[in-house]
Amino acid sequence: MIKHQYDVIIIGAGGAGLRAALEIPEGFSCAVLSKVFPTRSHTGAAQGGIGAALGNEEEDSWEWHMFDTVKGSDYLGDQDAIEIMAKDAIRAIIELEHMGMPFSRTPEGKIAQRRFGGHTKPENPDDPDSKRVAVKRSCYSADRTGHVMLHTLYENCIKQKVHFYSEFFVTDLIMSGKSCAGVVAMDIATSEVHVFHAKAVMLATGGYGRVYRITSNAHVGTGDGFAFVYNNGLPLQDMEFVQFHPTGLWKLGILISEAARGEGGILLNNKGERFMERYAPSVKDLAPRDMVSRAIITEIREGRGFKGSDGTYYVHLDVSHLPKEVIDEKIPEITGFARTYLGVEPTKEPIPIQPTAHYAMGGIPTTADAEVIRDRKSTKVPGLYSAGESACVSVHGANRLGTNSLLDIIVFGRRGGKAIAKFIKDAEFAPLPEDAADRTFANIDRIMNSKGKEKVGALRTELQEKMMEKVGIFRNAKDLKEMTSEIKSLRERYKEVSIDDKGKIFNTDLVEAIELGNLIDTAEPIIHGALVREESRGAHSREDFPKRDDKKWLKHTLIYKSDGKPKIDYRPVSITRFQPKERKY
Amino acid sequence: MKVTLRIQRYNPERDSEPYYQQFIVEAGDDKERILDLLHQVKWKYDGTLTFRRSCAHGVCGSDGIRINGRNRLACSTLLRDVNYKKPIVIEPLPSIPIVKDLIVDMSDFYKKYEAVKPYLVNNAPPPEHERYQSNEDAEKLFESAKCILCACCTTSCPSSWSDDNYIGPAALLKAYRFVFDTRDEAADERLDAVDTPDGIWRCHTIFNCVEACPKEINLTWHISQLKKRLAEREM
Repeated sequence: MIKHQYDVIIIGAGGAGLRAALEIPEGFSCAVLSKVFPTRSHTGAAQGGIGAALGNEEEDSWEWHMFDTVKGSDYLGDQDAIEIMAKDAIRAIIELEHMGMPFSRTPEGKIAQRRFGGHTKPENPDDPDSKRVAVKRSCYSADRTGHVMLHTLYENCIKQKVHFYSEFFVTDLIMSGKSCAGVVAMDIATSEVHVFHAKAVMLATGGYGRVYRITSNAHVGTGDGFAFVYNNGLPLQDMEFVQFHPTGLWKLGILISEAARGEGGILLNNKGERFMERYAPSVKDLAPRDMVSRAIITEIREGRGFKGSDGTYYVHLDVSHLPKEVIDEKIPEITGFARTYLGVEPTKEPIPIQPTAHYAMGGIPTTADAEVIRDRKSTKVPGLYSAGESACVSVHGANRLGTNSLLDIIVFGRRGGKAIAKFIKDAEFAPLPEDAADRTFANIDRIMNSKGKEKVGALRTELQEKMMEKVGIFRNAKDLKEMTSEIKSLRERYKEVSIDDKGKIFNTDLVEAIELGNLIDTAEPIIHGALVREESRGAHSREDFPKRDDKKWLKHTLIYKSDGKPKIDYRPVSITRFQPKERKY
Repeated sequence: MKVTLRIQRYNPERDSEPYYQQFIVEAGDDKERILDLLHQVKWKYDGTLTFRRSCAHGVCGSDGIRINGRNRLACSTLLRDVNYKKPIVIEPLPSIPIVKDLIVDMSDFYKKYEAVKPYLVNNAPPPEHERYQSNEDAEKLFESAKCILCACCTTSCPSSWSDDNYIGPAALLKAYRFVFDTRDEAADERLDAVDTPDGIWRCHTIFNCVEACPKEINLTWHISQLKKRLAEREM
């Protein structure tokens, strides 16, 4: 075992982790641990843009952005935090540009902006209650916005000489009393266990898309950070809110950005009908993701989908009517995906799409300064921070708007970095418990020496299939109850997992086995959260409780791991400027 | 249908040198990714098979490997892109140290990338708004900014094969990305970094890099723009 001491340890080298690292001042030691080389992080897969009311293409205001985000969240987002994000968005984008991020430009040389789902302005700017129409708010770089943003942040980390431990797989948090005192990690190249003693730890570990079979998420999206927190007696918040992006490539789940619709693409059913006109008459195809995903599943259930060769169903996304230069210049990457993976020529024919598990609205509850909190009274966990998809501030509430995830990671990554910089100035190292790495060693030993008959691949597929079937876009008590016992039995069977690779060098067999444990730990709170919330709000749609119920459920769910059933508690939602209203588009 | 993969294996804890092992896998149709088939081997037949991967759709750059003698991404290469009637030969990227099976040591590749100062340098106090740049100037950067650092280009280059110190096409492309950015002020330092005996002049416009690039970046064109800029500077 190798021991290190750093003032700050950041886990995850996506946008949030890298942005936070840039805030750690000289004179303090900081290391970023990532299970992949930083530019392989999933931030790079984001396509369509970052939301900010720059007003470069038409009149816009941060208040409108805030309102859209609150409404998009189905009023579950915390309005104090959303206000911070919508206001800070403008500064944050300008800062990225100054860091060197290449953006598409307007004829005047400003950052170009496009329309995106759920982003609107009042048709009459002087009358805030007038009908809302789509607004150009998404700042973009063709359809590779996340890729160039990730690279720009990494480049700035090189410039600032940030220290990285690449291909280090974090296995546990180290808690010292009520504080966080560091992390345990395994160097994938050697399987050596390292203990990182730290004053402050930031979890910027991303999402859990791989809990589901059809997902836009990278293979590394295994919910590691959620599992660390959950297994250390800390709560997760609003885990029932899982975003299914409406347009994943059929069968593969690969993301086809909303930018396709922002640039004029439309969704069609098997009758050639532009069905979104019925579900969201004002913004149509640019309705928020939860609504579009439900609309697609409803069309399919009512017999208006296309049946694929493998018996699964899809609808069409049509961009063939767009000018060729729009396709080639504005959405080249995603149309390339359709060609590469489905052999479809988007300039001539529609793209088969289906909803794909995309984003975790819920996660590790934090303050607006990325400080992790442990209970309904918002008591902070000294030394522990989280930002990005792993965190639940909550700015996305029950449903995230497109472009707000890239925004979230740079706004709250930076705020978390600043809060850490302040904290480490006065904080002492919390004492390092002697048994810090015991759980990790025990876990590794068990998996390495197991002769059990369960296999990682098969067990994971079973979990993913069942989550897809029973905890997907539409949910009901019967399925969810079944799933609570399923997850129990999957957890039992996981103890019987054995692997083939008994070596020490790059044992990805072992890494995948540990990741499967994290997936199971993440699925459990999703299932239980979905079962207790007896209403439909945002991305959480209960067939047996089809209405939103503000009286009972305008509150955040907190969920704690417990020996039997997980323990549930609640936190209030911050409501400042906008009183909950029916959500219509 | 059944497809045969002939995979180069090497585990330094066990093997004195690399060898080939054949696996017969089941493919639903010819649109399966090579990555899916590698996963099938790992998850069904042999968990010791080791390779990197993450996004599985060609944006993260983890899974550059050699397929039937060509450097490609396992996740962007479908069965129909190769001759799958015969065994498909899968090897690690060439001319770079093998760590285990399909995993290579990328540290030298990253070091060369860092050598060109791959970040914007502009010491003037920034304006309150964005630095303006024409769309035309911005688009000059886009092709180079597509690079995913997969190393398919650099490891396909005969100049890299014959000179370990050659900086390679990926690093040169990154140099272009900043030298031609109208917002940048450190073009000279970067040009100095590539104008060395192991630098840009080792590029003999062989075009292997262009053929290998999974993002369809015309590296040779970008390198030629850098050469031109250097020649102009000489004058």
